[in-house]
Amino acid sequence: MTKHPKPDDKPQVETTGHSWDGIEELNNPLPRWWLWTLYGTIVFAVIYVILYPAWPMVNGATKGVLGWSTRADVQMHIEQVDASQTEMRASLTQTDLGALDRNPELMEFAMNAGAAVFRTNCSQCHGSGAGGAVGYPNLLDDDWLWGGMVEDIAYTVRHGIRNEDDPDARYSQMPAFGEMLDRDQIATLVAHVRSLPDGADPLSGPGGQLFADNCTSCHGDDARGDRTQGAPNLTDAIWLYGDSPEQVTRIITRGPFGVMPPWNTRLSEAEIRAVAAYVHGLGGGEPNAAP
Amino acid sequence: MTQDSKTPEKPKRRTLLDRHATLERNATLLLVGSFLVVTIGGIVEIAPLFWLENTIEEVEGMRPYTPLELAGRDIYVREGCYVCHSQMIRPMRDEVERYGHYSLAAESMYDHPFQWGSKRTGPDVARVGGRYSDEWHYDHLSDPQSVVPESVMPKYDYLARTKLEVTHIGDLLETHAMVGVPYTDDMIANARADMRVQVDPWGDTDGLLERYPGAQVRDFDRNPELTEMDALIAYLQMLGTLVDFSTFIADDSR
Repeated sequence: MTKHPKPDDKPQVETTGHSWDGIEELNNPLPRWWLWTLYGTIVFAVIYVILYPAWPMVNGATKGVLGWSTRADVQMHIEQVDASQTEMRASLTQTDLGALDRNPELMEFAMNAGAAVFRTNCSQCHGSGAGGAVGYPNLLDDDWLWGGMVEDIAYTVRHGIRNEDDPDARYSQMPAFGEMLDRDQIATLVAHVRSLPDGADPLSGPGGQLFADNCTSCHGDDARGDRTQGAPNLTDAIWLYGDSPEQVTRIITRGPFGVMPPWNTRLSEAEIRAVAAYVHGLGGGEPNAAP
Repeated sequence: MTQDSKTPEKPKRRTLLDRHATLERNATLLLVGSFLVVTIGGIVEIAPLFWLENTIEEVEGMRPYTPLELAGRDIYVREGCYVCHSQMIRPMRDEVERYGHYSLAAESMYDHPFQWGSKRTGPDVARVGGRYSDEWHYDHLSDPQSVVPESVMPKYDYLARTKLEVTHIGDLLETHAMVGVPYTDDMIANARADMRVQVDPWGDTDGLLERYPGAQVRDFDRNPELTEMDALIAYLQMLGTLVDFSTFIADDSR
């Protein structure tokens, strides 16, 4: 236990003259370090007020000798990074995307920049691993709705799909067959379509006639789809909207309408090309047509 | 608190420093004094903002919320979205690169109360408008994990099943007009019709678009009924899209 000083061990310090029921208030000096810290803060405040924006006046705050502002600061940081990348961005914008892989340095830049763009802007729909979700295409596989060459991907990113904001957006619309076919016909068609990946002949069997009448104009006689109108290949086992009978029924009945926003208003051409190269390099990218 | 009888030589001179004893011994006086000090601090910090001409800079494109967007905003507040999402892009490079141009005071000038927020469990939504499709918002609000598996956001699927309350939208506009949002009598009188027509692409939207330039008209949840989902998506798709940044020149004095 601490040894308490006895009442008569009173230190020889001046009192303030206050006495409360016999208890006196000692007038100890403030610790020196504390006092100097206080003086330091006062000096700091005076210097700060002179250098930086501080006092609110009638038409605005005092500007400070340095002329510093948050906006100029963020502008400067952005310009610094822009300046350090100007060259790479310019050559990425000018380069032939198909020949990008022949320039390893530019390719590396594009892949890193593209990865950052993807994480920020694309991952919400296509997944942080680009695996997609029901209704949002998987970008890892080699099944492409609108084309899988770098240029195709860049176009899709630039203008988007089925949006109203960009007149050059990729556009097509599958009708809602619920308005044209009855329930039994749709059920037959669902069963038929679901059997296509197993190698069934698109034009024969119970659903063959229905398929020929309603589906071939977009999905083709061989059901392998048509990229000029974003019609998916129905013979592979990849189902954008799910493969259960309920999901396929829903799509045929109501018609899907997947929308992708145009990104040319938000991303620079260099960023679009970078993310296209990144997506192309995820695994499913298609080699470019020979020149 | 009695004065010690042995110290009668209490100084007779009453310097200013000695007078604080009076303040210290009188609780009410001390309270009044403290309040005065805090008030002075408050006046110096807050009051100038009300008359400083450059507090809210003028920008082109700002308009009051359409009735549907305002209803959506109320749902945003009701569901506590602001607890996890901020609406304030700070002027720092990382934020500007991720979310877009930093937020301007003018962009929340019609917000009562503002939704700046101070916590980001989810991302900032100040410029979420136009960034994703309506379908994505529908899927994401109904079941966030269906599109973002790692998300911790709760499901709001009931919004799609809840009809939007339309009776009091005029009153809501009127209330906002009372606190300074420039809703005209015309806007208030047409509030209900404007709210319905904004989700009807085949409706007569001339009046709506004249009152609220640039309002987005479409069936946001692909369900002809007017639901809370419509309102919330309409609000989200408008966020951060009003100001025309091509005509905006940053005033460096802030």
